[in-house]
Amino acid sequence: MATVLEVEGVRKHFGGIAAVDGVSFTVEEGEILGIIGPNGCGKSTLFNCILGQLLPTAGRVKLDGADVTGLNPEDMNRRGVSRTFQLLQVFPELSVRENLILAGQEHQGTMLGRLFGPRDAGLTAAADRMIGFFKLQHLADARAGGLSYGQQKLLDAAMAFMAGPRLVLLDEPAGGVNLTMLGDLKERLKAMNAEAGATFVVIEHNMDFVMSLCTRVLVMAEGKVLAVGTPAEIRANPAVIDAYLGH
Amino acid sequence: MSASRVDGVLVTLIAGAAILWFAPAGMGRYGTYVLSLWLVTAVAVMGLNLTLGIAGLKSLAQAAFMGIGAYATALLTTKAGVGWFSAFAISGALCFAAGLLLGFPALRVKAHYLAFVTLAFSTLVWLVLRNEQWLTGGVFGISNIPRPVVFGVRTDNALPFHRFVVAVTLILALILWWLVRSPWGRAFLALRENPVRAASLGVNIRAYTLLAFAIGSAYAGFAGALYAPLVEFIDPSPFQLSASFFLLLMVVAGGSGYQLGPFVGALLGVVLPEWLRFTGGLYLIIFAAIVIGLLIACPQGVLGLIERGWTAIRRRPMVGNTPVKDAV
Ligand SMILES: Nc1ncnc2c1ncn2[C@@H]1O[C@H](COP(=O)(O)OP(=O)(O)O)[C@@H](O)[C@H]1O
Ligand SMILES: [Mg+2]
Repeated sequence: MATVLEVEGVRKHFGGIAAVDGVSFTVEEGEILGIIGPNGCGKSTLFNCILGQLLPTAGRVKLDGADVTGLNPEDMNRRGVSRTFQLLQVFPELSVRENLILAGQEHQGTMLGRLFGPRDAGLTAAADRMIGFFKLQHLADARAGGLSYGQQKLLDAAMAFMAGPRLVLLDEPAGGVNLTMLGDLKERLKAMNAEAGATFVVIEHNMDFVMSLCTRVLVMAEGKVLAVGTPAEIRANPAVIDAYLGH
Repeated sequence: MSASRVDGVLVTLIAGAAILWFAPAGMGRYGTYVLSLWLVTAVAVMGLNLTLGIAGLKSLAQAAFMGIGAYATALLTTKAGVGWFSAFAISGALCFAAGLLLGFPALRVKAHYLAFVTLAFSTLVWLVLRNEQWLTGGVFGISNIPRPVVFGVRTDNALPFHRFVVAVTLILALILWWLVRSPWGRAFLALRENPVRAASLGVNIRAYTLLAFAIGSAYAGFAGALYAPLVEFIDPSPFQLSASFFLLLMVVAGGSGYQLGPFVGALLGVVLPEWLRFTGGLYLIIFAAIVIGLLIACPQGVLGLIERGWTAIRRRPMVGNTPVKDAV
C-alpha cells in the first residue's frame, strides 16, 4: 500500500491561538480514515491547511511524496484531491444537474477546448449517474437552493465525487442528513472505495457512521492528535474515552 | 436556468431584432436615432451584465472602455483610413487587452480591488481624452466620423444605419447568449455564487475572473465602435465616470444577470429620459426616482419582477420538496 497523503507537524495559529498544534499523520491508498474530536479542536482548520484554503503556519503536506504545502485549492483539486466543507456549499441558483456538471467540467481538456470543443463530453451522463445514485432524479432540474438541507448535503458530497478523485476529504458529511440518505452516502463511499480505490478522510460526529465506515480513526483534542487506531482500539482507549467519548 | 427559459431568450432576441428592423417606419430621423442609441447602449450594458451580473465583479469603467472604443474607431476611420469593420475589431481587442492589463494586478489581490482600480482608470481615460489634444482633439473632439459601407451599401442615412446597428447588436447578443450557456458561463456564475467552493472544484478562479472582466470590457469597446459613427461627432463628456455609474444602474434596473436585462435597462436609461424631456431640468431627478422606486420594489430589476409575476401565475403546489434552509 502506497502512502497518498503525509501531514508532518502542521500548525496553524490565529493570532495567539494554535488552532492546529503540530499534527502529523499519514493516509494510505484505499483506506477510509475517520477524524473525530470535540467542536473547536481544529479539525476543519486542519482540512483547510491540507487543501490550500489556509496556509499553515508551520509543517509540510505531501501528496504521493511530493511537497504540496501552500498549493492553491484549484491545483490541489486538479491533482485529484477534492473535498466538502462543513457548511453547505452548493451553487443555489444552478440546477442540481448543473451543479454536478460544473463540479466535473474543469477536469476535461483545456480552457479553450471547453469553450469551442464539444459541449458535453459525457458530463451530463456522469451527472445523471450521480443523481441516480443519490436518488435525486425527481430534482435533477430543480434549483439547488430549493432542496431540503439533507438533499443539499448529499448534492454537496456528490459534487466532490464528480471528477473521479483519488482522495476525498469530507467535513461532517452526515450533519443534518436523515438516516435513509445517510445510508445512501455510506453506500456510495464504500462503492467508490471498493471499485475505484478512492481514499477518504472523513470528519464526523456521528459515531455509528464513523465506526462502521472507517478503517482507522484519528482522535484530535485541542489542536493535537490524541490517538490513532482501528475503531475497536479507539473505543477501548482510556484517554479517548476520558477526553471525548465520555461526554 | 431551465432549458425552456434560455430558448425564450433566443426567440426574444431574434423576434426583437426583426421588429426593430422595421420599427423606425414613420418615426423620423430623431426617433430612429434614439432607437439606435438604445441598442448601442444595450451592447455596453450587456458587457457589464457579464462582468457584474453574471460573474459578480464590480467594474466602474464601462463608459471609459466605451470611450476607448469610440475614439479608436473615430481615429482609425477618420485619420488612418481604416475600414469600420477592422476598426470595430481593433476597438474590441484594445478593450479586451486593457481589461487584462488592468484586471491582472487588481484581481491578484482581491476581487473588490477591481472597483478601485477601474475607478482610477475611468478618471485617467477621461483626462487623456480631454488633455491629449494632438490625439483626441481635446474638448473639441473628433467630427465627421464616417458611417460604414456594408457589402457596398452606404449606411449614411438614419434607417440603413439603424438596421446595421440592429444586425450587429443581434450578433453580439447571440455570442453572449452562447457564451453564458457554455462551460465558461457556468464557471462565471460559480465565481459570483461561491468562489471558495468553485476553487475547490478545480475552477481556475483567476483565469475566469480575468476573462469575464476582459470580455465584458470588449463589449464596451464594441459599443463605442458603434457609437462613434452613430453620433458622427464625439467628445470626452459621454465617457465620464458618471456615465459608468449610469451604465451600472442600467444593469441593475434591467435585472442583473438576466440575459435580456440589458435591453430593458438601456431602454430605461436612454428612452425614458427622452420621454421625460418635457419636464425640462427635472427629468434626471424623476428618472433617478423611478429607478430607486423600482429597486425598492424589486431588487432583481424589471426582469426579476416579471419572473416573479410569472411564477406566481403558474405556481402549483410543490410535492415532496419542502425547502428547509437556504445554502449558507
Ligand atoms: N479563520 C479563523 N480565524 C480565527 N480563528 C479561527 C478561524 N478558523 C477557526 N478558528 C478557531 O480555531 C479553532 C478550531 O476551529 P475548527 O477548525 O473549525 O474546529 P473544528 O472543525 O474541530 O470544530 C476554533 O477555536 C476556532 O474558533
Ligand atoms: Mg469543523
